[in-house]
Amino acid sequence: MHPLAEKMLRKSALPSIYCPGCGHGTVLNSFLRAVDKLGVYDNLALVGGIGCSGWTPVFIKADTIHALHGRAVAVATGLKLAQPDRKVVVFCGDGDCVAIGGNHFIHAARRNIDLTVVMLNNNIYGMTGGQVAPTTPYQARTQTSPRGNPEQPFDACELARAAGATYIARWTTAQPAQMAKSMREAMEHKGFAFVEVVVQCPTQAGRYMYGTGSAVDLYEMLKTNSVRLSKAGELGAEELAGKIVVGRLLQRDDRPEFTEGVYGLCQAKGV
Amino acid sequence: MALTVEIVQGNEACVKGALAAGCRFFAGYPITPATEIAELMALRLPEHNGAFVQMEDELGSINAVVGAAWGGMKACTATTGPGFSLMQEGIGYAAMTETPCVIIDVQRGGPATGQPTMPSQQDVMQAKYGSHGDYEIIALCPSSVQESFELTVKAFNLAERFRVPVIVLSDEIVGHTREKLRIPAEVEAIPRTPPAAPPDEYKMYRPGPDGLLDGMPSVGQGYNILVESQAHGEDGNRKGNDIATSAKVIEHLCSKITGHAQELTDIVTLECDEAEVLVVAYGSVVRSAKNAVRQARAQGIKAGLVQLRILWPFPDEALVGLASGVRKVLVPEMNVGKISREVQRVLGKYCEVISLPALGGELHTPTKILKQLGS
Repeated sequence: MHPLAEKMLRKSALPSIYCPGCGHGTVLNSFLRAVDKLGVYDNLALVGGIGCSGWTPVFIKADTIHALHGRAVAVATGLKLAQPDRKVVVFCGDGDCVAIGGNHFIHAARRNIDLTVVMLNNNIYGMTGGQVAPTTPYQARTQTSPRGNPEQPFDACELARAAGATYIARWTTAQPAQMAKSMREAMEHKGFAFVEVVVQCPTQAGRYMYGTGSAVDLYEMLKTNSVRLSKAGELGAEELAGKIVVGRLLQRDDRPEFTEGVYGLCQAKGV
Repeated sequence: MALTVEIVQGNEACVKGALAAGCRFFAGYPITPATEIAELMALRLPEHNGAFVQMEDELGSINAVVGAAWGGMKACTATTGPGFSLMQEGIGYAAMTETPCVIIDVQRGGPATGQPTMPSQQDVMQAKYGSHGDYEIIALCPSSVQESFELTVKAFNLAERFRVPVIVLSDEIVGHTREKLRIPAEVEAIPRTPPAAPPDEYKMYRPGPDGLLDGMPSVGQGYNILVESQAHGEDGNRKGNDIATSAKVIEHLCSKITGHAQELTDIVTLECDEAEVLVVAYGSVVRSAKNAVRQARAQGIKAGLVQLRILWPFPDEALVGLASGVRKVLVPEMNVGKISREVQRVLGKYCEVISLPALGGELHTPTKILKQLGS
């Protein structure tokens, strides 16, 4: 076993539940590297939602809360208020984060509470067998959109930006080193940090949506469709269609952080 | 012992009780008639280095409470019918993860948005059975401002001891009534204690011989806790496909409460000696029932009152113990007769059980109960 895995994985929870070729393992790998490089392993508290993505923290030997579907960010809000000095990181899927948990997500961003939310976006509901997600492309076929998805997808990064998040990055599993760097930046950032990772799902999205169950082909697709933010500005709308804009999309420090407000502002005024 | 005496509302008394019991976290969403609890928590918690957060909804509130509890804080929320319904999944989550927390439900009329400013006792079954799946909780019913304080303290203590969500079933009358509250100088509060077992020997969900868990570790204490919402083994790892382990966790969640039912019995009796007719009441109805029983005794009717201060687990044995010589039991409640069915289950073979419902938000008058006592 790799020394990082030896040190940080919860062996009683292994082997992982992930399908062969799933991108979630890459995200776990990048996260462990980010934690190691930052040296925050002993100061972590992890919260996972429900779905394939929500299992990510369960495999990590740290204080971990496996929450209800959609409620990971709400649990993390309470946990962070109880322990403001801890690095609280939430792992959730696209359904968990912006469908059933959408309200908690936008309000946590609005409060600018110091959480790192990692959203693993595979464009589909994987664990329940390949149904339409809030990130499923228009007209894509899934088990609950057999004639094509009539809905428009969310851009979760734009949602986070509009709601008030102060750090936003997006990568795919084809850029694991950059993803790890963004996770480091997100954990160092004081405020609501959001990292979206677009992951390949050969079993559900691959078979139903993209016509291939090959992880290699899907990975290639993510790689070739990724466009760095710096390049995206030079491209027209037509050229950008279907592309995944990756990079650090936002970093700002002009909004007060929530837990500091609760303990500083309210207490100091001695109401 | 020095007492503080104040004239306060039942809702305020809940806040004072919570703070005295060590509550340092409140997450909630404003809803009538529970709102004063959130308002006073927002004002008072900072004085105790606690945290108040007004969440975006009740789903967020109960889940933030669970998060704060594992962060090491005693935590609570407050709501009423519609919000209580929204919290049910989270209450089941707290039951499954054995998270100590307190939910104050200041009952109003339902269903749906029902009667926002009127009292009811329509949530008594929701308190016990509201979430999906098999589990047991504890629910307490204050009938006065004083009991709002005392039973909220007790709720926090029971939550710590039994590692369970505890519900305080107040109602609009109790919540909004202003009357005398005596606050003792010292309140017994069961502290949050980490497990006796060291981290390398500790198992998250391994019950002791009494069926209860060994202390409660918090995030950051070195236990690498795994708080698991799914059916799990003693180490916290998911065992949802393992029939024996999944059955064991459910049996544990239920038996740790039902196995201590006698210890959890909390009834107050009035004039029950040689009583021939009993009133079984809880919550604000107790106020009318007391008056009715006293009037009945003055008229020579051998009436008595049994007040249920803990509704769940239901005090089966205590009720049977009081039923000797009783020919009739009246159960006045501000619902269609939900607890009367429980009384019927326990006492039906010994005596006649009569349900006395009051709907629409009207409290039983003493006269209404007295009339039935005399018949």
